[in-house]
Amino acid sequence: MSTLDDKTLAELREIAGRYPEKRSGLLPMLHLVQSVQGKVTPEAIEACAEVLDISAAEVSGVATFYTMYKRHGVGDFHVGVCTNTLCAVMGGDAIFARLKEHLDVGNDEVAEKREGDQHTVSLEHVECNAACDYAPVVMVNWEFMDNQTPDGAVEMVEALRTGQEVTSTRGPRLCTWREAERVLAGFPDGRVDEGPAAGPASLAGLEIAREKGWTAPSAPVAETPAVAAPEKGEAQ
Amino acid sequence: MTDATLTPVLTDMWDVDRSWTLPAYEAKGGYQALDKAFGMSQDDVINAVKDAGLRGRGGAGFPTGMKWSFIPQDNPRPKYLVVNADESEPGTCKDIPLMMGNPHVLVEGVIISSYAIRANKAFIYIRGEVLHVIRRVQAAVAEAYAAGHLGTNIHGSGYDLDVVVHAGAGAYICGEETALLEGLEGRRGQPRLRPPFPAVAGLYASPTVINNVESIASVPSIVANGAAWFASMGTEKSKGYGIFSLSGHVKKPGQYEAPLGITLRQLLDLAGGVREGHDLKFWTPGGSSTPLLTAEHLDVPLDFEAVGAAGSMLGTRALQIFDDTVCVVRAVLRWTEFYKHESCGKCTPCREGTWWLVQTLARLEKGQGSEADLDLLLDQCDNILGRSFCALGDGATSPISSSIQYFRDEYLAHLTHGGCPFDSARSTAWAGQEVTA
Repeated sequence: MSTLDDKTLAELREIAGRYPEKRSGLLPMLHLVQSVQGKVTPEAIEACAEVLDISAAEVSGVATFYTMYKRHGVGDFHVGVCTNTLCAVMGGDAIFARLKEHLDVGNDEVAEKREGDQHTVSLEHVECNAACDYAPVVMVNWEFMDNQTPDGAVEMVEALRTGQEVTSTRGPRLCTWREAERVLAGFPDGRVDEGPAAGPASLAGLEIAREKGWTAPSAPVAETPAVAAPEKGEAQ
Repeated sequence: MTDATLTPVLTDMWDVDRSWTLPAYEAKGGYQALDKAFGMSQDDVINAVKDAGLRGRGGAGFPTGMKWSFIPQDNPRPKYLVVNADESEPGTCKDIPLMMGNPHVLVEGVIISSYAIRANKAFIYIRGEVLHVIRRVQAAVAEAYAAGHLGTNIHGSGYDLDVVVHAGAGAYICGEETALLEGLEGRRGQPRLRPPFPAVAGLYASPTVINNVESIASVPSIVANGAAWFASMGTEKSKGYGIFSLSGHVKKPGQYEAPLGITLRQLLDLAGGVREGHDLKFWTPGGSSTPLLTAEHLDVPLDFEAVGAAGSMLGTRALQIFDDTVCVVRAVLRWTEFYKHESCGKCTPCREGTWWLVQTLARLEKGQGSEADLDLLLDQCDNILGRSFCALGDGATSPISSSIQYFRDEYLAHLTHGGCPFDSARSTAWAGQEVTA
């Protein structure tokens, strides 16, 4: 494992400097070290402790509390299948079972890199990821892959392993897990304008409102123009 | 309400081209409420939010303006605003699309709310597992700085505000406000004992307001259109609009923004009804921590009072719909495993209790155990409910006690059947189409 370079150490200090009290930077700092080393290493724990002037035990306590911090490596693409009740019922259990079988892995394990594979894939079951209207949902490097099926999920992981470009159903082209971790540390990657404003389910109610001409009540006259209320409409 | 209509306010931007950008938001009148707020005294802004009757949209329903007024302004320490964007309650999926499609309404809400409580530093704590949403909010904050909506002397008002976008790292418990503060202070996300409440001693032991994304995002519309406008929607004690999230066995799952008080029957009518050929069996009004309801509750007005009177809670308006193919025992066991996994471990009744609930339920689901185990489960619930620092353990008991109340026979059927009598393949989104599993 490479040692943390000066750039990373400087960025760790930069993160700590965003907050009135530097310890607040610890969560994004741990995201940053993961982006560099692929997991939270003992060395990274020491580095964070030194920047924040706290003990390595305190950093360790935090690193072991949150599920996004990994003490073992994950794949270039980390696939999370939602198996909380609603997604499980809608097919998440079947998707997770099929992917485990297909990749020949258990929960939170990295599939073997085959001859000719460009990338590695790891698999984990995740809890509700706030996309229930797109159930069953799979996350890849924390991007939404909505309305999945077992067959579709197998095709997707094969595309990822063989190096094809895969795009989130409601977001940008997928970046690697390490690149994603860097964004979480607060260093944007320029992909913000990719993908739509909203997926189809997000727009379900709005489309009905548009069709039927339903709006929120109009703002009282002589007020500043409404923020997001309709431009036109009858006063109630 | 006789006729159900939808009232898009926060969702109104979502079908606009590049809706997440500053030009798109400003073209819809964005950041004009900010000037209006700066023309008012801070207390007048607080009073407007109070008069509007806005109640917390994160589940608890506490009056937002009142929360703001609890900040002791004579306390010399800095004041902080913290936005709870850790949306994780199973079934809840409104704040995530809101921040993806309209992040600037949140940013404008943050500025107005911070101004009202006299905070010069605000934090948006977003769960880490939603990368693209974090990108959109990061970019909106950067755009707002560049346009002079954030930083020093905003709009020439003399008011300064800095906003930090903070990514969490995977912990349901951080949706609990004091656990969130611990996470934001760089610690394990374990709830604090209250009092003192965050309004008195929150972030860095300073006066802190913590509000849900949708609550804060509602503030610009209240300031722009007036408290009376907001209060003209909704019911007597549950005013305004809210985003209702329909998921599961419904023809058109998705987000429906409507006045509080709309019923599930009305929402299902708009959403095309329950999946073809099936009937509604059970549903959650506000996520898995709110007791289950059934078809007999279709006409309960979805506001804080009526759902409470029906024995549940409005919560986050996360309407998870389950049809007659779903085994309630399987559903409840899965939620219980979730609570066991997410219990932070601080309080014994929750840490140990959720473990025992899983043991007991798992046995029942396999058709083992006996009818006495139902009483055992209820007794375990009784030993968890109200006995810990936060409401996670309380939430864990909700699906169990309500499912035993409405579906006792189904638990017993597992015993007589020697296992689950349901075929889980019939519940999937692709059931009846092709066999893929």
